Amino acid sequence: MSAPRTMTAKVLAAHGIEDVTPGAYGLARVDRVMINDVSGGVAMREFARMGAERVFDPSAIACIADHFWPAKDVRSAEHVARLRTFAREQSIEDYFETGSTRAGGIEHTVLAEEGLVLPGALVVGGDSHTCTAGALGALGIGFGSTDLAAAMALGEVWLRVPETIAVRFAGTPSAYATGKDLILATLGQLGVDGAAYAALEFLGPAVDALDVDGRLALCNMAVEAGAKSGMVAADETTLHWLRPRVADPAALAGFAPDPGAAYEREVVIDVDGLAPLVAVPPSPGDVHPIGAVAGGVKVDQVYVGNCANGTLSDLRQLAQVIGGRRVAPGVRLIVVPATQAIERQALEEGIIATLVDAGAMISPPTCGACFGGHMGVLAAGETAVATTNRNFRGRMGHRDSRVYLANAYVAGAAALTGELVDPAEVLR
Amino acid sequence: MITGRVVRLGDDVDTDVILPGAYLNVTDPQELGRHLLEGYDPEVAARVSAGDVLVAGRNMGAGSSREHAVLAMQGRGVQAVIAESFARIFLRNCLNLGLPAIEHPDAARALADGEQIHIDLAAGTLAGEHDHWALPAQPPFLTELLADGGLVPWVRRRLQTSDR
Repeated sequence: MSAPRTMTAKVLAAHGIEDVTPGAYGLARVDRVMINDVSGGVAMREFARMGAERVFDPSAIACIADHFWPAKDVRSAEHVARLRTFAREQSIEDYFETGSTRAGGIEHTVLAEEGLVLPGALVVGGDSHTCTAGALGALGIGFGSTDLAAAMALGEVWLRVPETIAVRFAGTPSAYATGKDLILATLGQLGVDGAAYAALEFLGPAVDALDVDGRLALCNMAVEAGAKSGMVAADETTLHWLRPRVADPAALAGFAPDPGAAYEREVVIDVDGLAPLVAVPPSPGDVHPIGAVAGGVKVDQVYVGNCANGTLSDLRQLAQVIGGRRVAPGVRLIVVPATQAIERQALEEGIIATLVDAGAMISPPTCGACFGGHMGVLAAGETAVATTNRNFRGRMGHRDSRVYLANAYVAGAAALTGELVDPAEVLR
Repeated sequence: MITGRVVRLGDDVDTDVILPGAYLNVTDPQELGRHLLEGYDPEVAARVSAGDVLVAGRNMGAGSSREHAVLAMQGRGVQAVIAESFARIFLRNCLNLGLPAIEHPDAARALADGEQIHIDLAAGTLAGEHDHWALPAQPPFLTELLADGGLVPWVRRRLQTSDR
């Protein structure tokens, strides 16, 4: 009988890592490998240079066109064409491209929606926000392209066993605080390298109370603290969400840390009465309550979307704030449903009509302007409020543009008023 | 043996400023190299030359997993990166691509912009103009990876010696 283990240690031990002592090195078997049109270009080239001919298991690979998709120029179109060809030649069925029969969207949301992330699984992806998979009780880890090439060739990745930090939330947040605010609170407390190389496990009643969308937002930004991963236990909320999305619902099971599991560190974050938070540029770790930054920040663009907060819950929150009003003069509102399925449901609920009537531009699902790619890039001197995950210098465009990170309520309030303001003052 | 000139960078230099997202549809290292550090500081970006060694503070390479950031360094001829600490994925990408990445807080704090340095990975030494340091011992796995020349040759060797 081994000592009680964290979720992270249990996943690693179940995937071939014999010594789960932090700092040990080993080769882990992977359940799911994801590449996109950006990481995929280099990964496919290195796969060939390795002398690999076939992927280890076509059913374990997902290829998703999302960063420069719909193709913004010839070069981007050719990357997606190569990704599409690779998937066909390798018999990879999980190829997703928004606008086609395998309707897609933003990779991490697609993986979750399509039932490709299961509790206890090891998910590796060519994108740093692969930690989003932790929302469903999986160990999701982001890698660079050459690691992904190796994973596709061998079905394994090399890794160093991380220290595991328990992040325990105490108390009940206020009505307009969301999963986004739990992770911003974490970043404010830990700092941008406070969890470097470590695995995070999020615990406490405030996490249990989150729906899956809120948990996706929470786990998504674990990497912004330097973490390797961020996980939430898979409970009935998780299983209820997954059942209609998998081929064999009866095989689904919850996943949690063993009682008494020993963490290298425990961090307690008081979120009782927590108000919405804002990360001030240029650091996701420079976090302040909305009340402390409200007033005096003039906003040019509001961007609601991305792998952290482009879910149906985010669109509902945004529409709730807008509620039949129009965006402030001089402000543009860009809304990016993370997937076509979310877009479809938002249409059904009348959310899209509410937003378009307010003046919003609805983008197809894409990583778009979040990383400064296309579809809403900022000019010099412009300021955005975004539900995205990074506000680094120049992240969304010109190096002299600025991005404030916040939840969809705050984004909606900024769209209506043209400034950072507490959504409680705008909601009626 | 690496001999080069130090170009100093600050703390939390993220991969977005090392290689801005607008260039992520480029895969050629030389072309990527022309945009190295473009989002960080145009003055610093302009003076990075082939043979230089980047020396950074804490959390070097934070953020995006883009391997393009390391490819840009290699395309520009950067020989090594030294930092007080590295962000996880960036460090892996350096190791996988065979770009020496040395985590050494004392050296990273002491080395000055423009200083000539010598790095001997085999002997485990690092010397600047005023001081010298021992490099930390590598775990055996990373020594093996570096000896192979990075992850591509390492995987090629495994594929050749297995029945796959």
